[in-house]
Amino acid sequence: MSTPHLLLGLLATGTMHGYELKRAHDSRLPQARPLAFGQVYATLGRLQRDGLVASTGPERLAGPDRTAYTLTEQGRATLDQWLSSVEPPMPYVNSPLFTKVVVALLVADVDRARAYLVAQRRAHTERLRELTALKTAPSATVDDVVAADYAIAHLDADLRWLHTTLDRVADWHREVHS
Amino acid sequence: MTQLQARGLVKSYGPTPALRGITVDIGEGEIVAVTAPSGCGKSTLLHCLAGILRPDAGEVSWRGHRLDTWSEAARSRLRRTEFGVLFQFGQLVAELTAAENVALPLLLAGTGRRAARTAALTWLDRLGVADCADVRPGEMSGGQQQRCATARALVTEPRVLFADEPTGALDTLAGEQVLTQLVRLAREQHTSVVLVTHEPRIAAYADREVVLRDGVIDHTGLGLDAPLAGGSR
Ligand SMILES: Nc1ncnc2c1ncn2[C@@H]1O[C@H](COP(=O)(O)OP(=O)(O)OP(=O)(O)O)[C@@H](O)[C@H]1O
Ligand SMILES: [Mg+2]
Repeated sequence: MSTPHLLLGLLATGTMHGYELKRAHDSRLPQARPLAFGQVYATLGRLQRDGLVASTGPERLAGPDRTAYTLTEQGRATLDQWLSSVEPPMPYVNSPLFTKVVVALLVADVDRARAYLVAQRRAHTERLRELTALKTAPSATVDDVVAADYAIAHLDADLRWLHTTLDRVADWHREVHS
Repeated sequence: MTQLQARGLVKSYGPTPALRGITVDIGEGEIVAVTAPSGCGKSTLLHCLAGILRPDAGEVSWRGHRLDTWSEAARSRLRRTEFGVLFQFGQLVAELTAAENVALPLLLAGTGRRAARTAALTWLDRLGVADCADVRPGEMSGGQQQRCATARALVTEPRVLFADEPTGALDTLAGEQVLTQLVRLAREQHTSVVLVTHEPRIAAYADREVVLRDGVIDHTGLGLDAPLAGGSR
């Protein structure tokens, strides 16, 4: 959802082809889901339509791979605005973890919800351990550490929630069915 | 080889049961986290494993020898030579400088003054607090004190390090730095670590996790075993 702004940011460092953008994205954000080429081109198409990027090069003739993209004045302004705006701090509570427990309590019983919470806690714990190993490896770069930190903090928060919800799930079930 | 082995540990304080049958092995060079909510017996288990407390029932073996039946003098000698301990608040001696604090366990073990000071300076440097060598604890930050305490716990190159909430009093970043160094140095010298913590993110530094609940093992973590009904009440 911040992909358009990310592409604008990468283009602020210089003109790039679509495949260069993808490569720059994947190397700046190695822990993020890799961008699909299709997504890069679709996003660039919309940015161009809105006048935030301009294409240079023989686009029609040579196909999208030959087209290079540049940030426009307007694109720069949009990027600046995005950089200085604060993201709404969790306006909705809509984690799939939360939703799954709600549905388990609706359609099944406490044990079903509890079994899920235990299994999820285990999966979270394993991922936490993986990321901790990644960031403490002697070869870890600041890039790795900062990305791992982000994920670790969120997994940690989820784990706290999983722990406390395990203790509350019986009460919660009673309330849902009262 | 297994360094420490506990079988069926039971320990009560008066009528309050703290441990109700704990069985656990600590391998050589293994880092094991012991986690549980407050009051569930983590510190009691650590103290039994380290030979500080005697269990009411069950046994603790150190490299194949029963340790819980030894005299206090013998256990205390073992703690001085083979074990290192690290608590939440470093518990440095206030009147001594960092270097003197770190040298202390070596002096107690009979190392000469000069060699002890040299080793102390090396370990302070490894923990990134060489600057603090001639400073007393009262003039150091909590993080610096805890690094000195870590240096003091590791200076004898113990076979087992017992750490009870070693980062509990530090902010996230300072705690992480202490822990990262502790784990790296422990791995380098194949020191086993028993790491007591209530924080999942601290436990994640360990090779294995033992989760207690009201004095028994609730589950152990590494994804191989089936969970017992975790938190099933
Ligand atoms: N010296 C003592 N005298 C009496 N009761 C004690 C003593 N030490 C611990 N207990 C009790 O034994 C139980 C286990 O305590 P322990 O200190 O081992 O828990 P813990 O998991 O380390 O808790 P925390 O996370 O709060 O440090 C608790 O019920 C506690 O009240
Ligand atoms: Mg404790």
